[in-house]
Amino acid sequence: MTILEYIELLFNDYTLRTITLGTAILGAVCGMLGSFAVLRKQSLLGDAISHAALPGIAIAFLITGAKESNTLLLGALISGLIGAFWIKSIISKTHLKSDTALGLILSLFFGVGMLLLTFIQKQPNANQAGLDKYLFGQAATLLEKDVWFMAIVTGVCLIVLLLFWKEFKILLFDADYTKTLGFNIKFLDGLITSFIVAAIILGLQTVGVVLMSAMLLAPAAAARQWTNSLAIMVGLAATFGAFSGVIGTGISASYPNLSTGPVIVLVASVFVLVSFIFSPGRGLLFKEIRFRQNRNDLKLHKTLSFMYDIAKTHEDIDHPHSVKILNNFHGYTKKSLHKLEEKNLIVVIGANWSLTKKGFEKAKNLYNQHIETND
Amino acid sequence: MTSAQIEIQLIASLVAIACAIPGVFLVLRKMALISDAISHAILPGIVVGFFITHDISSPLLIILAAFTGILTVFLVEFIQKTGLVKEDTAIGLIFPVLFSIGVILIAQNANDVHLDVDAVLLGELAFAPFDRLELFGVDVGPKSLWVIGVILLVTLSLLIAFFKELKVSTFDVGLASALGFSPVVLHYGLMTVASVTTVGAFDAVGAILVVALTIAPAATAYLLTKDLKKMILLSVGFGVFSAISGYWLAHGLDASIAGSIASVLGVVFLMVFLFAPGTGMVSVSYKQSRQKVEVLLLTFLLHLKNHKEKKERHVNHLGEHINWQKSQAKSVLELALKNNMIIIDNEIVTLTEKGNMFAKNAINYITDHSEEAIEEMKKDFFLFRG
Repeated sequence: MTILEYIELLFNDYTLRTITLGTAILGAVCGMLGSFAVLRKQSLLGDAISHAALPGIAIAFLITGAKESNTLLLGALISGLIGAFWIKSIISKTHLKSDTALGLILSLFFGVGMLLLTFIQKQPNANQAGLDKYLFGQAATLLEKDVWFMAIVTGVCLIVLLLFWKEFKILLFDADYTKTLGFNIKFLDGLITSFIVAAIILGLQTVGVVLMSAMLLAPAAAARQWTNSLAIMVGLAATFGAFSGVIGTGISASYPNLSTGPVIVLVASVFVLVSFIFSPGRGLLFKEIRFRQNRNDLKLHKTLSFMYDIAKTHEDIDHPHSVKILNNFHGYTKKSLHKLEEKNLIVVIGANWSLTKKGFEKAKNLYNQHIETND
Repeated sequence: MTSAQIEIQLIASLVAIACAIPGVFLVLRKMALISDAISHAILPGIVVGFFITHDISSPLLIILAAFTGILTVFLVEFIQKTGLVKEDTAIGLIFPVLFSIGVILIAQNANDVHLDVDAVLLGELAFAPFDRLELFGVDVGPKSLWVIGVILLVTLSLLIAFFKELKVSTFDVGLASALGFSPVVLHYGLMTVASVTTVGAFDAVGAILVVALTIAPAATAYLLTKDLKKMILLSVGFGVFSAISGYWLAHGLDASIAGSIASVLGVVFLMVFLFAPGTGMVSVSYKQSRQKVEVLLLTFLLHLKNHKEKKERHVNHLGEHINWQKSQAKSVLELALKNNMIIIDNEIVTLTEKGNMFAKNAINYITDHSEEAIEEMKKDFFLFRG
């Protein structure tokens, strides 16, 4: 199947269109809110909350006996929120650290959820099958109304985010200052946490409990590498998330036996990998290039200053010296000699070199400049 | 009790002990979430190992899977060192990727592999007694009992042999390296033990509940004690208690054993979290509200000391000027009266000599922050709360 055929199929096939739209919206909203989670150093909150949502699903089913996805998700939302706020109270009221609190709530809630799910499975009514799709997610079960629901939640998140943009931004970077300005930081904090919980709950049906945290983190972590501006980061993360959803769905639809959730996560992590390596400001590749450039510059400067030390003992600057003198000097190579010549700092004639006027001046001021700029 | 039931409880208890010991150090080193990452990330290791050995409790599979666990730790640290993202983000990025690879590997080879993601994640303790180990044709007990038994034995002997080193490097990395214990070796040693334990435990209790057994007992014990040895013993105790009572809960409900063990752990933690003396929610809230009243009392006394005018010292003035609610103002007034710090004469509040001294010392404390002052204050003005 070529890409063109796939795109054509995308417009004609109801299921594929629904799933692609759903995963795209999910990716966008996760990327958007994930940026806040990543910047607030709450990356793993998503992991904890998605696990903590499981008992809510089971209890909602036990109470209503219905598999209506909105009811179950409401249960998940409530238990996710309880988990999130319990984590916060463990961190603030005891000496347990955030990692312990997260791991604790994650595993304990999940355990209770498993207990309830297995309990439900042993119940006589046969209506319970399919609850475990929330564990690993089944994008194929997305319906058009689920997508609409996602779109509405995303819209609400976006509007509130824009309304409170300034407040969220300042809370993100300086919570104490925000408090002194008179903003209710508990309210803002609760608001953003609730939105993160809501986004996670939306994703449970599609990518499942276990992989949800990556949906939240990966696009944001990738976007962080390209920019230092919050607005651009949120926008980029949403874009990355949406593309991960679309591409992941495409790949998993084109091959047999590929579940959508894991493929989306892998696509998102390819975005992360590429950003880690190739982003111009922070990427590993450019960092290494800059590092080497600086090292070479330093070597050139060292060679130049060594030459200056020799040249200044002579009356005339352009007095030729043998290249051999340099052999004992650490950091000298033929290449660096060539480079210096290119920059018109020295002239090389045969096996001799001599400083040019420009080179002499530069070498003279090499360290002075340094001192001056330090001042 | 049938022998299968006894065996299940024995396995569960051994798993609980084997998880609790590395758990204590992970919690203390603020690396609790590494166990979560490892437990998810070993999935591809288990799948590849299963392709090779076709036996879920073969030693090779355990080694391969444990290696994936260590690889996870290594990758997390590598990403962290680049400084591109924070540590927790690094954890959150790595393990879903490895887990996804595992899930896809299983799905792609569903026909050849009798391995279910559910089974790996959730485990099934109830079936453990049916997989017997035979030595020279003699039945010597369930296989997983032997696997976890050996792991526990190794963990215990490592713990005893390196207790001092572990202790020092957990609480003071600088001192540990100055004394010549390599923190890196200890770190990776601990991570190896954690990985091996996770792998050994996963087919009994499942990957996610290993996390519960690792973190929850240690966290619960940490709320109760600050002594390392006591903490280890307590968390082993909590682990075993939850394992056995969890088994009977599951028996009663006819539900997943692993799930109910985790639920019992959750209840135990909740109880300690609420009622632990000194660190529990109840006692913390009580302490905080007491401190709040004490601070209010101090503010009030300082206010009285600063104002000689009658208008400022009128009882009704409290509400207007210091902006207190009525009930608050009343409780502070009563506390001050009970402690003979003030006298109320004709609705005008006056400091007694004791109150005057108290306020003076308080100012000294606030201005020079001298520790002696506050100690003196505690001794001299023991607050009577009636």
